[in-house]
Amino acid sequence: MSAQTLYDKIWDAHAVGTRADGQTMLYIDLQLLHEVTSPQAFAGLSLSGRSLWRVAANLATPDHNVPTDNRELGLDGIEDAVAKEQVVTLDRNCRRYGITQFDILDVRQGIVHVVGPEQGATQPGMTVVCGDSHTSTHGAFAALAQGIGTSDVEHVMATQCLVQSKARNMRVQVDGKLTDGVYAKDLILAIIGAIGTAGATGHTIEYMGSGVSALSMEARMTLCNMSIEGGARAGLVAVDTTTLEYLHGRPLAPHGELWDQAHDYWITLHSETEAEFDLEFQIDAATLIPQVTWGTSPELVTSIDLATPNPDRASDQAQAQSLQLALDYMGLVADQPMTEIALDKIFIGSCTNARIEDLRAAASVVKGRKVAKRIKQALVVPGSGLVKAQAEAEGLADVFLAAGFEWRAAGCSMCLAMNPDRLQPQERCASTSNRNFEGRQGHGGRTHLVSPVMAAAAAVQGYFVDVRSML
Amino acid sequence: MTPFERVSGIVAPLDRLNVDTDQIIPKQFLKSVKRTGFGDNLFDAWRFADEGAIGKTPNERRLNADFVLNQPRFQDARILLARRNFGCGSSREHAVWALLEFGFRCVIAPSFADIFLANCFKNGLLPIVLDEEIIDRLFEMVSANSGFQIAVDLPAQEIRMPDGAGFEFVIDPFKKRTLVEGLDDIDLTLDHREEIVAFEAKHRQRMPWVFIN
Repeated sequence: MSAQTLYDKIWDAHAVGTRADGQTMLYIDLQLLHEVTSPQAFAGLSLSGRSLWRVAANLATPDHNVPTDNRELGLDGIEDAVAKEQVVTLDRNCRRYGITQFDILDVRQGIVHVVGPEQGATQPGMTVVCGDSHTSTHGAFAALAQGIGTSDVEHVMATQCLVQSKARNMRVQVDGKLTDGVYAKDLILAIIGAIGTAGATGHTIEYMGSGVSALSMEARMTLCNMSIEGGARAGLVAVDTTTLEYLHGRPLAPHGELWDQAHDYWITLHSETEAEFDLEFQIDAATLIPQVTWGTSPELVTSIDLATPNPDRASDQAQAQSLQLALDYMGLVADQPMTEIALDKIFIGSCTNARIEDLRAAASVVKGRKVAKRIKQALVVPGSGLVKAQAEAEGLADVFLAAGFEWRAAGCSMCLAMNPDRLQPQERCASTSNRNFEGRQGHGGRTHLVSPVMAAAAAVQGYFVDVRSML
Repeated sequence: MTPFERVSGIVAPLDRLNVDTDQIIPKQFLKSVKRTGFGDNLFDAWRFADEGAIGKTPNERRLNADFVLNQPRFQDARILLARRNFGCGSSREHAVWALLEFGFRCVIAPSFADIFLANCFKNGLLPIVLDEEIIDRLFEMVSANSGFQIAVDLPAQEIRMPDGAGFEFVIDPFKKRTLVEGLDDIDLTLDHREEIVAFEAKHRQRMPWVFIN
């Protein structure tokens, strides 16, 4: 057998067999559930009279459309009747099937991709799925984690298998360390800017190199989170001491002898030195500076010291048209410096950037400063109830509140604006989330993706600024 | 799933790169516990000039007359012609449900995003990948000929043009069979129940910590 990649190893350890149609049945260790993409799957399961294959493989929490204020009211705090029906339906389904759920009143509730790792439910070498494309986040733990559609959610419920053909291997080699004021968010935005939103389609990415080893688990989650924005269903980082230290002692992680046994297996979860990749991309982290997206796709990104592109210089007609459409939607013109872009709202949150380190970094910029007058609203939405509690204990909430930020309860919030937190038409937002698609944060809204410190700096200045000048 | 064999009809051209599933069905319309009711809000922000709300029918909305699907010549289109990386972004299967409910049975593009592609096959929406050059030619033909129709024959893997000319397309033979026979995907896997049970037992021995919670 030729030298295996990390992806090859996890795949082989979960390949149940080949179905009559030639596709592989991949055994799934953990399925994460939320209120928006699971109801039809539960309904399908019930209609066909099938049972849940392995109840304990499922873990649920409502996140997409829960309001981030009035949380003490629980379900009664959800004013949108249809959103409430989804949350109530998740409650009912979890009770009916006996699935563990961190419900709206549980302090462990939060964004599913923050909660899984925080609880130690996500572990190295596991296969993880969720009806949400940002499931790629969990790859930071060397878990093969993929977003799936609702039919596949039902499929996994009924069979504990995801049926698919194996993807190809892609290596993203990150050399050099990020410098002060530059974060994993800048790194992944720069990668997507270079490879494009379809650059890794059909591949599983493994992020490697000294620039990755130097990252904390939370930073690795940010990196893997946006793999899907490069077209890859899954992104991976090999296990090292950083991984093991993060996991040790988490509530759902193994303890005692089982930990030792798991540990011995987990440390084998890396690509062999001679392993070959089908596609490679290399980037130097040391030379990166803060990134800002200017357009309506995550690949439309540039450095803070640069300007919007000029469609006249595009490589072909389709590209020129695409750039112009994006500039028009964003209310920008060609060759406009990023530092001249003024903002209306600030959003610090999402499965990309709402963990404690993100909040600490943003707070360090905000501390002793005020949100600029022109900013209509600046939101901080922690990734989970536990992140919120920790941030409060560390005094971060006070820093944000003193500066004029709103301090909210956990959920996806304005990342996709299914709950009441959203942009009005033409409002411009500096956001730590992952998608700047048209209307993503509200009908007609304009989103610029940045790191937490860049969002914090924009909040203070009212326009984009190189945060490194404020450190 | 309804078996898929042939579809013929008007081709609607969507001349944009990287159309994401947030555009195909915006998130404000995902608040349903059902698989139906999404067609009215397909491409909502492009089809309509006003902001929609759940329960509001297209008749109560202001149409964006410029958008391709609102032009009279593309009414009742059954085939969508698209550009690279169609269906990128969110995994929402609602995007496929909305396209089907609106009346599309087939999407032709140079490339699709992975999760969207998987979702198509689960629901009987036929995704056809063709070379960029052929796609360019199709866009030209649609633009030059009002009422331009094609016929897609899945069993024969053939697209037939109005002048009778035809060309083949490539599709994974097993996925083709699933569509043509309208097979239940979950049943196909449950045919291997014994195998899964045996694997699970072995897996539990090898990685017991996965099974403790």
